[in-house]
Amino acid sequence: MGEYVIKLPDVGEGVAEAELVEWSVKVGDLVREDTVLAAVMTDKATVEIPSPVDGEILWLGAEIGDTVAIGSPIVRLKVAGEGNVTAAAKSQAEEPATVEIAKEASVEVARKEPVEARPAPAPATAKSVSRPSASIGGAPRPEGEKPLASPAVRLRAREAGIDLRQVPGTGPAGRIGHEDIDAFLARGPQATRPPTGLLRNESVDEIKVIGLRRKIAEKMKLAKSRIPHITYVEEVDVTALEELRAALNKEKRADRPKLTLLPFLMRAMVKAIGEQPLLNSLFDDEAGVIHQHGGINIGIAAQTANGLVVPVVKHAEARDLWDCGAEVNRLAEAAKNGTATRDELSGSTITITSLGAMGGVVTTPVINHPEVAIIGVNKMMVRPMWDGTQFVPRKMMNLSSSFDHRIVDGWDAAVFVQRIKTLLETPALIFVDN
Amino acid sequence: MKDISCKLLVIGAGPGGYVCAIRAGQLGIDTVIVEAAKPGGTCLTIGCIPSKALIHAAEEFEKVSHMAEGTSPLGIATTAPSLDFGKTVAWKDGIVSRLTNGVSGLLKKAKVKHVSGWATFRDGKTVEVETETGLQVIRAETVVIATGSTPVELPFLPFGGPVISSTEALSLDKVPERLAIVGGGYIGLELGMAFAKLGSKVTVVEALPRLLAQYDAELTKPVIKRLAELGVDVLTEAKAKGLSTKGDALLVETAAGKDVKIEADKILVTVGRKPVTEGWGLDQIDLDMSGRFIRIDEQCRTSMRGVFAIGDVTGEPMLAHRAMAQGEMVAEIVAGHKRGWDKRAIPAVCFTDPEVVSVGLSPEEAKALGGEIKTGLFPFTANGRAMTKLGESGFVRVVARADNHLVLGIQAVGTGVSELAAAFGLALEMGARLEDIAGTIHAHPTQGEAFPEAALKALGHALHI
Repeated sequence: MGEYVIKLPDVGEGVAEAELVEWSVKVGDLVREDTVLAAVMTDKATVEIPSPVDGEILWLGAEIGDTVAIGSPIVRLKVAGEGNVTAAAKSQAEEPATVEIAKEASVEVARKEPVEARPAPAPATAKSVSRPSASIGGAPRPEGEKPLASPAVRLRAREAGIDLRQVPGTGPAGRIGHEDIDAFLARGPQATRPPTGLLRNESVDEIKVIGLRRKIAEKMKLAKSRIPHITYVEEVDVTALEELRAALNKEKRADRPKLTLLPFLMRAMVKAIGEQPLLNSLFDDEAGVIHQHGGINIGIAAQTANGLVVPVVKHAEARDLWDCGAEVNRLAEAAKNGTATRDELSGSTITITSLGAMGGVVTTPVINHPEVAIIGVNKMMVRPMWDGTQFVPRKMMNLSSSFDHRIVDGWDAAVFVQRIKTLLETPALIFVDN
Repeated sequence: MKDISCKLLVIGAGPGGYVCAIRAGQLGIDTVIVEAAKPGGTCLTIGCIPSKALIHAAEEFEKVSHMAEGTSPLGIATTAPSLDFGKTVAWKDGIVSRLTNGVSGLLKKAKVKHVSGWATFRDGKTVEVETETGLQVIRAETVVIATGSTPVELPFLPFGGPVISSTEALSLDKVPERLAIVGGGYIGLELGMAFAKLGSKVTVVEALPRLLAQYDAELTKPVIKRLAELGVDVLTEAKAKGLSTKGDALLVETAAGKDVKIEADKILVTVGRKPVTEGWGLDQIDLDMSGRFIRIDEQCRTSMRGVFAIGDVTGEPMLAHRAMAQGEMVAEIVAGHKRGWDKRAIPAVCFTDPEVVSVGLSPEEAKALGGEIKTGLFPFTANGRAMTKLGESGFVRVVARADNHLVLGIQAVGTGVSELAAAFGLALEMGARLEDIAGTIHAHPTQGEAFPEAALKALGHALHI
């Protein structure tokens, strides 16, 4: 029997550390080669860590939410035969003899560096999982079940006008004690009102901010604390655009995707950026340098089950309307399935955020740092518009766009949005080269 | 006679009525209690207490008779005992009289006025009592009906002559040579076993397939075994048909459909008890009924404002301790306290040999509620104290929820287990879990040790079996 240490493998280009987001095993589990042990997340990609050998889990080296450096030990296994630890411990000077065990390409196990023999591994940092029970804890009583209390407690409750069914019991099997009555009374007079059928819920659940949520939180904090946003809202008459879109979608062709509004907007942005290239920039505020990109990589903020991700349509300037549409569809699907690669989730130079029918009237989009502009698409709706002689029904849609006010003056922002408005209101202009 | 006006009038001085009156008196309520017989009701005068006296006498007599056979493992030998049954009955009457006098004293101490006579409702607030000295009218703000119950009579076996109820069975002038009992419930078997020990040739006729049908078969098995040892003949699924023309035998149709004649000097009919709902003017006040019983709510209020009902007249289980608890509660409600019926368990004890106790739910009842259960049974064969008392038959059984181990019911059968009812009842009322019982030190050597052992058994690690 030997001990085998699995270290966190290099999971992506230039990544020095990764966040552990899931353990698939626990101490004592028997695992086979290729059994998934854990999942780690770097920047935006989640990578599963398989076991390179058969064995029994002895120790897990991190807790969910911990950031682990590449190469640090994360799992110790008891394996048949000599493990990689024993060998190393036997003769530290020698090159370990068992290095060839690691054959799984995707996993780098402790190979080169000799591992010092350690005394009994410290039990995984014993952070207490149990949280202090809320003052009115106690398991909720299933519907129709009699409250459990001693005769003295029942009498006291009756005399105090307390319906024991409303009192959470903190004792064994949910038994209500005198202290539960005290707590119930301490919660104020409304606690003793005749039952209304509406119950106060004073539970507080602790949700660890990990994984994608933590990434989002960090990015949002960065964007909001670094970037002075200016948000500019303009309404756009998309009646003509919608007619064009409907006409294009009518001729169903297998090689062409069904078009949404997004590809038109992307093409309009490409046009507008041609006139104001500064808006397609990444601002390195630490170095004080603006990287104005020639290629237009448009991030499309997408909602997934886990939270917000931003897949990127690369080089929109080199894609036509159909190509843009197809790429948006493909990326949205990949993001939803969680199959989007790291590459597909990074490298944007400007971002679109759209919640479709949930888009609301006005939003204040947060810039995708270190970009300098984000275009927000609001809900499209038919509104009565004055055409000079009468009200006519028009399909109207607002654009709520934010800009980095350090780089983009209000005037420039206005010019940019007005240009997009013009392009979308007269969609033929999108396709006219001038 | 001058009318009496009072705050509270209690009709019937049985365990429910007298407890209600005493408690009301303690609380300073102007209370009157009416009773046609001596205070104490069925329980003290013709039920629980006298039967227990008779059962004890029979036990002692049987023990000595057993020793006279010269086969006692204790090595005690004696000559055959003799029985002066008249003295036995007088002793029993002495106990009854001490207790009824005691109740009278308690009522007096609580300043409760006692009116002797039969009460009849005139309306919901007014009662007429026929006393020895004339008609007494009592007006009350609140009335408690505690009229109790009476043995059920079979139409083809009317009481009288050789056909007797439990009341007469407790006051016989001599032990009947041959005693036939119709009805194998707890009253019939308690008395039947007692008379068998006193020397009667006892035959029990039961219409159902099992004796003591209120308990499960596992629980009654030691009793059935003991009945056979005592030479009691048992006919199940048999129908009593009536009295022979000469009046010296009970006619029975057996399970096989055969008509047989069971010769008997006395025929004891114990086929149940019925609420006393006639003869006191129930028709005058027109209360809502629930079957044969007066319908009450969780505060023992009837459908008429200011009229409460407690005890056997309100339904099953017809047990003195239920009536007492109701009586106490009603007195406190009348005094303006906030009270309601929230008892979790009413223990039921059967003073057969061996005794049977059941508190809470049986395994079948618990299963019927849905949800997983655990049961643990500890036999007295593994209990030291039981061995030293020659009482190894029986067991203690605990029924609990499987998920949180909350104890739902406790049953026991064995010599002297009636006294364990106290521990069982307390465990249920306090909401004990198996671990609570297992974790309580029970004195050694006692039969009560079987209780935590049964709990441990349910938890999967009994120590002494």
